[in-house]
Amino acid sequence: MNEPAVATEGIARRFGDFWAVDGVDLEIPAGEIYGFLGPNGAGKSTLVRMLCTLLRPSRGRGLVAGHDVARDPEKVRLRIGVALQDAALDDRQTGRELLDLQGRLYGLRREERSVRMTQVLRLVDIGSAIDRQIRTYSGGMKRRLDLAAALIHDPDILFLDEPTTGLDPESRAAVWEEVRMLNEEHGTTIFLTTQYLEEADELADRVGIISRGRLVAEGTPEELKRTVGTDVIVARVENLTDETLGALRRLPGVDEVVAAHREVMVHAGDGAAVMSPVALALHGAGATVVSLTLRTPTLDDVFLQLTGSHLEAEESAARAAKTAGDATAGKDTAGDAADAGDARSPRDDAGSEPAQETHAS
Amino acid sequence: MTSTVAPASTALRVQARPAGFVVDVASVARRAIRQIPREPEAVIPALIVPIFFYVLNIGALSTVTHAAVHIDFKAFELPVAVVFAVTGVSRASALVTDIQNGYFDRLMITPVRRLPLLLGLMTADLTLVMALAVPVLLVGLALGVHFVTGVPGMVVFIVLSGVWGLVFTGLPYAIALKTGNPGAVNASFILFFPITFLSTTFVPKEALQGWLRAVAGVNPMTYILEGLRSLVSNDITGGPAGPVWNFTALGQAVLAIAAFGAVSLTLALLALRGRVRRP
Repeated sequence: MNEPAVATEGIARRFGDFWAVDGVDLEIPAGEIYGFLGPNGAGKSTLVRMLCTLLRPSRGRGLVAGHDVARDPEKVRLRIGVALQDAALDDRQTGRELLDLQGRLYGLRREERSVRMTQVLRLVDIGSAIDRQIRTYSGGMKRRLDLAAALIHDPDILFLDEPTTGLDPESRAAVWEEVRMLNEEHGTTIFLTTQYLEEADELADRVGIISRGRLVAEGTPEELKRTVGTDVIVARVENLTDETLGALRRLPGVDEVVAAHREVMVHAGDGAAVMSPVALALHGAGATVVSLTLRTPTLDDVFLQLTGSHLEAEESAARAAKTAGDATAGKDTAGDAADAGDARSPRDDAGSEPAQETHAS
Repeated sequence: MTSTVAPASTALRVQARPAGFVVDVASVARRAIRQIPREPEAVIPALIVPIFFYVLNIGALSTVTHAAVHIDFKAFELPVAVVFAVTGVSRASALVTDIQNGYFDRLMITPVRRLPLLLGLMTADLTLVMALAVPVLLVGLALGVHFVTGVPGMVVFIVLSGVWGLVFTGLPYAIALKTGNPGAVNASFILFFPITFLSTTFVPKEALQGWLRAVAGVNPMTYILEGLRSLVSNDITGGPAGPVWNFTALGQAVLAIAAFGAVSLTLALLALRGRVRRP
C-alpha cells in the first residue's frame, strides 16, 4: 500500500470567526503511529472530527485511505475505526451487545462478528464484565471497550482522540500496550491525539505539534528534541584535567565541552553517537569516571521553544479548570464550540455530563 | 465456539461493508427494543395511567353521561384509553441521551445509512405501543366491552392505535433531533393535551358545544376515535344500528392518521437531515 493512510492539504475549519484548525498539511504513511500533540483547544479534536467525517472542512482537503473526507465520506467510514475523546458508549447495553451492534452496522456476518469479538477481546481484555451493562464499568474499562468497538471491523486506520485522558497510570499503560500491539501485529495505522508528552514520546513514530490550529513542528520525537538544541552528556569525573577536556574537544561530533566542578558537560548534536567516543576518550586520558549519563531535551522543551509556553503548564491549568467543575467544557471540541457560539456543533452537551471516573469495577 | 479461531497474529481479516437498509433498520431497532425492559420506569406509567383514567372515567362519568346522551360509556371510552396509552411513547429521550453522550456520533461514523437511525427507533416504538395497547384492550374486555367486529376488529383496533402512536412520535423525534435537548423533548408531551382532549374524548360530537365543537371538527383525533369506536360498537350513541364494519368511519380514521403522519414525519425527517448533515 503506497498511498498515505492520511494526507491533508491546508485543511482548515472555522467556527464563526474562529479558525479552530487553520491550514494543516499532513502525510502519514500506512503502518505509522502518528502522535498529534497539543494543549486543550489547540484544534486536535476538530481535526480528528474532520478526518473521521463528522465535520466538514471549511477549506483545504483531507484524504483518508485515499478517499476524500468531504466527497466520499462513506468510503472513508469503511476503512477507519474511531475512539472519540469521551468514550461514547451506551450505558444500558452490555459490552457484548454494544460490540455486536457495532459489528452489524459494519455489515459483518454472524460468524465474522463472533470471530472478531474473540479477537478484539483478546487484545482489549475486559474479562467477564463484557456481559455486564456498561454503566457498571470503570472509566478505564469504558475506554477499552470503546477501543474494542473501534476495532470490531478490523479498520486499516485507527483514530484515537486523547485515548488516555483522565485514566489512572495503570489503565493508561494498558491502553498503550494495546495500541502498540495493534500496530505491531496488525500493521494498523494509528492517529492519536494527546496532551501528554510521555504518551507521544512512548508511542508515536512521528509527532506533530499543534498550537492554535497550526502544525508548528513535525518529526520523530528524537528529531524534534534535537531541533531544540543538542544532547548533553554529563560525566562526573574524579580527576579532571585540561588534558581530558582537550581530548573531549577534539572528538568529531562534539559541539562544546563545559567543565563545572567535577562535572563535564559534552554538548553534541547526536549524543548517542558520541557516547562511546566520549567514554573512550575519558578512559584514554586516564580519568576516573563516576557516572556517565546522556540527557536529551524533552518534547516539552520543543513545545516551549515553538510556542513560548510550557505544554505541562497549559495542561495542568486545564486540569485545574476541569476539577473546578468545568467538567467537559474545557475540552477541545467543547471549547471550539463555545468559541464558535454555535450551539449545535460539534457537540451539544458542553458541561452537562460529570466526569466519569468514579465507578469501581 | 465451533470454528477454529485463528490466533491473533494470523487474524482473519474482515471487510467492512454497508450492511444494507433492512439490516440497518433491524440493528437499530434491535438495540432500542432491548433497552425497553431495562427502563421500566419509562414503560410502566405509560400503561398504568391510561388504565387508571379509564376505570376512573367510566366509574365517575358513565351514569351521568348515560343519563345525558344514552351511550355505552365503557365502549365509548376504551379507544380513549388506548390512545392515551400509545400517544407520546417514543425513544426520543433515549435519542437525546445518545446525542448528548456522543453515542450518536459513534453511530454516524459507522457506514449505517442515516434514515434507519430514525426508522429503527420508530420500529421499536411501534412494537412497544402495540404491546401497550393489548393490556388496555384486555381491561376493556374484562369490564364487559363487546366488540361488534369480533377478533378481526380487535386486531384492526390494535394496529390502528399502534400506527397512530407511531405517527405521533414524529413530533418528539423532530424536537429531539432539532434541539438535542432533553427538556424540550419532555415538553413535547404538552402537545398530547390539545390533541387528545380537544376532541370527542368524553362526549360524542353532537354533545359538544361552541368552539370546542369547531376545534374537534378539525382535530384528527376526533376521526381516529370515531374509527376506533366503530370497531367496538355500531350503535354506540344509542341510535339505530349501522353496518357492523363502518368503512366510512374507518376510512376517515386512516385518512386522519395519514394526514397527521404526513406532517409529523416530514418534520422528523427534516430534523434528521439537519442533524446528520455534517456541520
